[in-house]
Amino acid sequence: MPSHNTLEESTRSTAHDDDSRPMQLTLNVWRQAGPTEPGRFVTYQHQNVSEHMSFLEMLDVLNEDLILRGDEPIAYDHDCREGICGMCGMMINGIAHGPQRATATCQLHMRHFKDGDTITIEPWRARAFPIVKDLVVRRGSLDRIVEAGGYISVNTGAAPEANNIPVPKPNADRSFEAAQCIQCGACVAACPNASAMLFLAAKAGHLGLLPQGQPERYRRTVDMVAEHDKQGFGACTNMGECEAVCPKEISIDFIARLNRDLIRAKLTNPSGY
Amino acid sequence: MAIDSTTVAPPRIAPTMPRTRPFTEAPPDTLDSKIPEGPIDRKWELRQFEYKLVNPANKRRFKIIVVGSGLAGGAAAAALAELGFNVDCFCYQDSPRRAHSIAAQGGINAAKNYRNDGDSVFRLFYDTVKGGDFRAREANVYRLAELSTNIIDQCVAQGVPFAREYGGLLDTRSFGGAQVSRTFYARGQTGQQLLVGVYQSMCRQIGHGRIRMNPRTEMLDVVVADGRARGIVTRDMLTGEIRSHVGDVVVMATGGYSNVFYLSTNAKGCNVTATWRAHKRGAFFGNPCYTQIHPTCIPVSGDYQSKLTLMSESLRNDGRVWVPKTRGDKRSPAEIPESERDYFLERRYPSYGNLAPRDIASRAAKAVCDEELGVGPGGLGVYLDFSDAMRRLGVASIRERYGNLFDMYQRITGENPYEVPMRIYPAVHYTMGGLWVDYNLESTIPGLFVGGEANFSDHGANRLGASALMQGLADGYFVLPASVTDYLGRTKLDAVDENHPAFMDVEREAEHRVRRLLEIDGRRTVDSFHRELGKLMWDYCGMARNRAGLEHALSQIPAIREEFWRNVKVPGSAGDLNQSAEQANRVADYLEFAELMVTDALHREESCGGHFREESQSEDGEALRDDERFAYVAAWQYNGDGVPILHKEPLTFDNVHLATRSYK
Amino acid sequence: MIGVLTLYESTIGKKVVMAVTGLILFGFVIIHMLGNLKVFAGRAYINAYGVFLREVGSPMFGHEQVLWLTRIVLLVSVGLHIWAAYQLTRLDLASRPVQYAMRKNQEYGYAARTLRWGGVIIALFIVYHLLHFTTGTVHPRFVEGDVYNNVVIGFQNPLVSIFYIVAQLALALHLYHGAWSMFQTLGLNNSNNKRIWRGLATVSSTMLALGNISIPLAVMLGLLR
Repeated sequence: MPSHNTLEESTRSTAHDDDSRPMQLTLNVWRQAGPTEPGRFVTYQHQNVSEHMSFLEMLDVLNEDLILRGDEPIAYDHDCREGICGMCGMMINGIAHGPQRATATCQLHMRHFKDGDTITIEPWRARAFPIVKDLVVRRGSLDRIVEAGGYISVNTGAAPEANNIPVPKPNADRSFEAAQCIQCGACVAACPNASAMLFLAAKAGHLGLLPQGQPERYRRTVDMVAEHDKQGFGACTNMGECEAVCPKEISIDFIARLNRDLIRAKLTNPSGY
Repeated sequence: MAIDSTTVAPPRIAPTMPRTRPFTEAPPDTLDSKIPEGPIDRKWELRQFEYKLVNPANKRRFKIIVVGSGLAGGAAAAALAELGFNVDCFCYQDSPRRAHSIAAQGGINAAKNYRNDGDSVFRLFYDTVKGGDFRAREANVYRLAELSTNIIDQCVAQGVPFAREYGGLLDTRSFGGAQVSRTFYARGQTGQQLLVGVYQSMCRQIGHGRIRMNPRTEMLDVVVADGRARGIVTRDMLTGEIRSHVGDVVVMATGGYSNVFYLSTNAKGCNVTATWRAHKRGAFFGNPCYTQIHPTCIPVSGDYQSKLTLMSESLRNDGRVWVPKTRGDKRSPAEIPESERDYFLERRYPSYGNLAPRDIASRAAKAVCDEELGVGPGGLGVYLDFSDAMRRLGVASIRERYGNLFDMYQRITGENPYEVPMRIYPAVHYTMGGLWVDYNLESTIPGLFVGGEANFSDHGANRLGASALMQGLADGYFVLPASVTDYLGRTKLDAVDENHPAFMDVEREAEHRVRRLLEIDGRRTVDSFHRELGKLMWDYCGMARNRAGLEHALSQIPAIREEFWRNVKVPGSAGDLNQSAEQANRVADYLEFAELMVTDALHREESCGGHFREESQSEDGEALRDDERFAYVAAWQYNGDGVPILHKEPLTFDNVHLATRSYK
Repeated sequence: MIGVLTLYESTIGKKVVMAVTGLILFGFVIIHMLGNLKVFAGRAYINAYGVFLREVGSPMFGHEQVLWLTRIVLLVSVGLHIWAAYQLTRLDLASRPVQYAMRKNQEYGYAARTLRWGGVIIALFIVYHLLHFTTGTVHPRFVEGDVYNNVVIGFQNPLVSIFYIVAQLALALHLYHGAWSMFQTLGLNNSNNKRIWRGLATVSSTMLALGNISIPLAVMLGLLR
């Protein structure tokens, strides 16, 4: 019977673990029972935090305690826990996704905090991201922007041979940089105006930099910008907060590019509509 | 019904006691895989010609339910909507773009032969059948290889930013031990980029009103009315509302069941519920014991661990895997001289070395850890060392190739892999088993089609690297749109609505079950049960399995399940967002499914691919397949409170010569 | 052309209006500052420059015609600039109805944060400045046409000078973020030239502040009398 690869054994303290005493933290967490209920901060003392835990695992452990105590656990969104699905996200001490740059909440680890720290945790706040419960918000407004035109119109089966469309490597690389967006909404959360311009610009930039995306480039820009405004996001004031918290470090240069495309679309109407 | 079967605890059996077979066998020839006639390279073409079509004007009268929005489900939803059908698509995430296909890193295979290095559709087909250890259907795999080239065309046209060469043409690399460079990739984010392509195609159809997207909606059950799948019952995760959705056909692409192990590389929400409920409604489950363990994951760091993180196996192209030669060697890796290191993959598999296939590399790592040579916490890890490669190619070159992976490793472990070797350990990553489907991807419930990881079809007993994305998109973009259209074209469907007794019954059962979970109010959390089950499965039905261990697991699962339904604590109410209730509902299904998985592993007394039976190995520890007895697909039929019924679909190999897989 | 009109409907369009009017005003303050510095060349020189401003364009244009045209363009620019800013501010405030209890800025500094309040201060300053040096309404001893005299006497009141200096600092901060922001909004920024634009914004706003502040400072220090 296999006996060496049990999970139990893996939790024994070893040389690797010896250097870490459990940390104690004070957590101020936004609790809100439902979309229309009033919310408030609740303070929790967390006695048993290992520096190797991820931030979400720290909350998992707290939630297990809350459940056994008969309280409702803190609701928060998460899924892949490897920084790519974009489901997780919260304001941690006033910074979207927390203090470590280029890192989504799920990949933030507790070694970036100190014993005795107080951590304030809030949901993303924006009119376009209404709160569902505790730290969970609705982000369908971002989907609406893509539905308004964030695609290339090609039916399945209608594609030409892939290598018929050469793409200069610099363009492909730049397009990829924009396409890394994980649609987490941190840009909106961090923006002083709750603008989704970085998200929108990344989407438009990804497609607009590729030859396949050219036929619809200007129409796409106009339609997506209109939908962005309709969804109740604010205007970009070029602060750069979004870029600083983006887990994929997408540059606000893409916003300049979007602006240029919109101006060109409106002034010269290159799509002819 | 669901509840009754779980409250009866089967008799406990001591692990060593011989027991009667925990299943019965159906008479042969009950399964029709509907493989087309003709030579292998014309089967799909002929089948497509046989398919019935639906008049374009009539298409909008049909409603297709698609569950899951990953590569297979999302692509099927988009492609079917493009054809003119009305599609209702469901996912549990808050946006279809978050389905777990997004996490795939490495790449997607296609037989484009852009490198002129001898690749072809036939070679991809051959490699996949062989890689699957001769437990996949030849006809399906050939179709997959054929469609692989169309997938790349489609994705490029959608704007997927694949890696390119300076000439502007697509770049490819060799991946997962393949001898040809047929893997297309987008840095370490191929899954995300392909899924964004699918998502954009879906968004286009959502914008046009042809797909109605239902995010944060979890499928609780499938509804079979008058012998056909006619809809599903879902729970709105924001409001708790349980309701029926009626359609003309149901397509499920709900992913795999790796989370039965609790710790896996899957997303936290991935679950077996959809496929398990379909199974209980009559869909056979194919080869549930085939699970894939990925060798290059970040080891567990503590008992709070919530999931495991995979690092692309491309790391093995330049990293060398080793452990110290002496037990209990606590020196830091740099202090261990070359002569005292065991590069065990290079030693055991001289021709493939560190690039040996996933199952083989994983088992080799387990073997050295079983000998207590492992490194890191609990001795559950082996080194993946880049120092030779950095000396040979320079740090800059390694940074360029793997920089993002090194960063991720450092983010999670706090160790700098440029200075100390990475520690890796295998983790459950993918499940080859799934709902049994015929060549048309239709399950044994008429009108229920299954695509992607949720079906059992194309990978046999082991999936090759960069083949999952290929299969998901082949099913979604090309196979399902054709076969679902055919089903609608040839089937006379009666009018059914939400008031049909079948819908009323299933809805009532689903409501009852959620209420029941909330009422138990016991003393243990959902996660504690899930961890307990996961540990049991990992210990006894994980990388290596044996009769005694499997029988032990089989005796323990009912006990855990019984305690779950007596002692679980699910806080909150049924009428709003309740993540504990969602998870409880999923774990309840894992607790039933696990038993079938173990039963399958117990019955398959051979080692093949991801399924390694310790009783069936050569003297030097290599897997021994038994083609005489086990060259078949095990398709399990649910049998209420009785033992499951085994159906065998024999596998014949007319185009690939049955051979022992050797990577020595 | 309909496109141009609908541009304003979007938030980006409003920002384009701010950027274009901002560019006009930016050009104006630079020229204005260069003109002001003539005060150091002496009474005759600056007064002659004052006459030139009234007669510029002659004989094609009559007395003060170009001046008034310029004034109209400037007033319209200021009006549009403020109107667009007002509309955007309202949108932005509405876009986050509940504020964060805790927020740490990562990137943007004082200049960006004070853009709006700085704008309000500058608007108030413009009103005072016009009443002070253009109409002379609030000037103690205003002499039409004697620019030198008006400047020196105007700045002999330390309170007025300090107000001017504060307003110039506010203007410099406003321009530091505003100028860069203008390049971004008009889509001129990209990774290659970003640093050039940043540098240009820094240099121009600093020079502007130094140039303008030098005059009240010189008066207070008794260098101009």
